[in-house]
Amino acid sequence: MAQKTPEQISDDLLRPLSGVSARYLAAMACLLAIVIAAAFAFGWQVYNGLGVSGLRSPVYWGFYITNFVFWIGLSHAGTLISAILRLANATWRRPVTRCAEVITVFALLIGATFPIVHLGRPWLAFWLAPYPSERGIWPNFRSPLLWDFFAINTYLIGSVTFLLLPMIPDFALIRDRSSGWKQKIYGAVALGWCGTPRQWHRLEKAMQIMAVAIIPVAVSVHSIVSWDFAMAIVPMWHSTIFAPYFVAGAIFSGIAALILAMALLRKFLHLEEYLLPIHFENLGKLLLVMSLLWVYFVFAERLTTWYGNETSEMAVFWLTQTGSYSPLFWTMVTCNFLIPFPILAIKKLRTITGTAIASFTIVIGMWLERFLIIVPSLSHKYLPYSWGTYRPTWVEITITAGTFAAMGLLYMLFSKAAPIISIWELKWGRHEEPVHDPVLARRDEEAMA
Amino acid sequence: MAHQWGMVIDLDKCTGCEACVVACHAENNIATVGEDQAGRGRAKHWIRVERYYEGEFPDVKTKFMPVLCQQCDAAPCEPVCPTFASYHTSEGLNGQVYNRCIGTRYCANACPYNVRFFNFYNPVWEKPLHLQLNPDVSVREVGVMEKCTFCVQRIKAGEIQAAAEKRDVKDGEIQPACVQSCPTTAMVFGDLSDPHSQVSRLARSNRATKLLGELGTLPKVTYLQKDSWHGAEDA
Repeated sequence: MAQKTPEQISDDLLRPLSGVSARYLAAMACLLAIVIAAAFAFGWQVYNGLGVSGLRSPVYWGFYITNFVFWIGLSHAGTLISAILRLANATWRRPVTRCAEVITVFALLIGATFPIVHLGRPWLAFWLAPYPSERGIWPNFRSPLLWDFFAINTYLIGSVTFLLLPMIPDFALIRDRSSGWKQKIYGAVALGWCGTPRQWHRLEKAMQIMAVAIIPVAVSVHSIVSWDFAMAIVPMWHSTIFAPYFVAGAIFSGIAALILAMALLRKFLHLEEYLLPIHFENLGKLLLVMSLLWVYFVFAERLTTWYGNETSEMAVFWLTQTGSYSPLFWTMVTCNFLIPFPILAIKKLRTITGTAIASFTIVIGMWLERFLIIVPSLSHKYLPYSWGTYRPTWVEITITAGTFAAMGLLYMLFSKAAPIISIWELKWGRHEEPVHDPVLARRDEEAMA
Repeated sequence: MAHQWGMVIDLDKCTGCEACVVACHAENNIATVGEDQAGRGRAKHWIRVERYYEGEFPDVKTKFMPVLCQQCDAAPCEPVCPTFASYHTSEGLNGQVYNRCIGTRYCANACPYNVRFFNFYNPVWEKPLHLQLNPDVSVREVGVMEKCTFCVQRIKAGEIQAAAEKRDVKDGEIQPACVQSCPTTAMVFGDLSDPHSQVSRLARSNRATKLLGELGTLPKVTYLQKDSWHGAEDA
C-alpha cells in the first residue's frame, strides 16, 4: 500500500460523512421499522402486563435478562480491548479502537434498557436510584440488582468519556473543514480544540488515565452481572466460577462483534485501505485465545458439577446435556468452538471472510450461552413438582430483534456523524506499517511523553 | 420477646383434600387465573398440595405435601430485593410490601421452594365472587409479587385483641385460614418462641424434618413424617 498523505487520510475518512445513498436510506428504514415494532411490543406489554410475554412460574427470567447479559457482554468489545491495546502500545490498534468503543457505548445503552423492560412495573424503575424520597427508604444495597445499577451507570459514563475524548481533535478537523450550522455544532463539541502542544499533552494524559481506569470498571461490571445469578442458591447458578466465566465470555463476544462490525464497515464505507487483513488476523488470534478460554471455562464448570453429583444440580446438568435444552447446548458449542476453532487456528482460513464467519457464529453462540445459563436452572429448581418450561412469545422475540436493529441503526447514524476511524491517531502513526515494531513503539512513547 | 410464628404440617395426617388451598384463596383475595393462564404456569396458589408417587403400579403410594412460604429465618428472597419489598419483620415473617414492589421477580428466582407468585395481569373476579373479597387483605395489582403471609391480618387481629384485654396471645388462638380449615388437623400454627406451645412441642418431634433443610434457609415450617420419605430429594 502506498503511503497516504495526511490530506488523503482526512479525505478518505471524512467522505462517509457527506451525503447519504439510497441504499443507506433503505437500510435505515428497514432497521427503523424493526425498532418501532419492538417499541410497540413493549408498549403492548406495559399496557397489558407481563402476561403477554412467555414468562411463567418458575421461569421468571427469560429473553429479557438474556438480552441484558448478552448486550452488556458485547459492550466489553470496545473499551476493554481498546484500553488494553492502548496500554500495551499495540500500534496496529489505531484504526480499530473507535469502532470498538462505539460498540461499547451503544451495546451498553441497549443492554441497560432491559432491567427496565423486564420489570413488572417499569414506570417505577427510578426507585433504584438512591434519593431522599417520600417513601422514606433507601434502595437495598445488599441486592445485586442495585450493584448492577451503579456498575452499569459507572461503566456508561466511563465508556462515553473514553469514546468522546479522542474524538475531540477529529471534531475540530470537521469543524475546520465545514461551514454554517455544521461548523457550529462540531465547533461546540470540539470544545475549542486548536491543537496546541499543551492540549495534545492534556489529551494524551487523560487517555492514559482513562485507559487504566476503565479496565477495572469493565471487569467489575460483568462480574456483577454474573453475581445476579451466582448469589442466588439456584442449581448451577450458585458457583464461584461465574464472575471470571462471564468476563471471559463478555470479551469473547465483544471481539466477535468488533470483527463483524469492522468487516461490514470495511465493505460499506470502502475502508479497504485502512482496515487491513492484518487487523482481522490479529483480532482473529485474540478471538482464538478467547474461544479456547471459553471452552476451558465450560469444561471446568461442567466437570465439577458432574463429579460433585449433587441431585438438584444434576437435574439441570442433564437437562442441558441430553434433555430438552440439549439441542441449544450443542448448537452453542458448535457456534462458539467447533466452527470458529478451525477457522481461527488455521492461518490460511484466518482471512477477513474467515474471521467474519467465525465471529458471526460466536455472536449467536454467546447469545445462546446467556440463555442456557439463565433458563434451564430456573425451570428445574429443586422441588420437581413445580418444574416448568419456558417459551417466548412474539413480544419477546420482537423486542429481541429490535435490539439488533437498534444496534445497526445507531452504528449507521454514528458513521454519518463522526469518522469511524480516528483520523488523528492514524496520522500520528502513519509512518509505521501496522506491525509491531519495538523501535517505533518506543518512538511513539517518546513522542507522547 | 417478640413472637416467632411457625407452623407444623403432619404429612402422615394429610389426605390431600386441598381444603387449605381453597380457604387460602378465599381469605387472601387470590384471584383464580383461568384455565388458559393456569396451563401457562401462571396459577397463583399461596399454598399448594404437591403430589408424589412411590412404587410401580399396582403397588403405588401417593404422598401429599402442602407447600407454602416457609417463612425462612435466612430467607434467600429478602436480600436480593432492590426496593425492600421483601423484608424480614420483627416477628420473623417474610414480609412482602406490595406497594414497594417494582416486579424484578428476583425474589421468586432466589426462592428454592417456588412459593412466590407474580401478577402477570390485573386480578379479575367473576361475578359474584367480587362481592366476597376480604376487606382485611389488600388486592394486588399487575406487576407485583405476592406470597403466603401466614395470614398476617389474622395475626395482627389476634395480637390487638389480646393487647386490648391486657393479656398474652393464647396458644392456638390465632389460626391462619389453611390451619383452620384442615379437617384432619394436620396443620398446627403457633409461637415458636414459647417452648410450651403445641407447635414448639411438635417441632421437637423425632418425626420432624425441614423441607430442603440442607440449603440452610432455616424454614419456620416443620414437616412431620413417620417413614423416611424421599419425595423431595429423589423424585
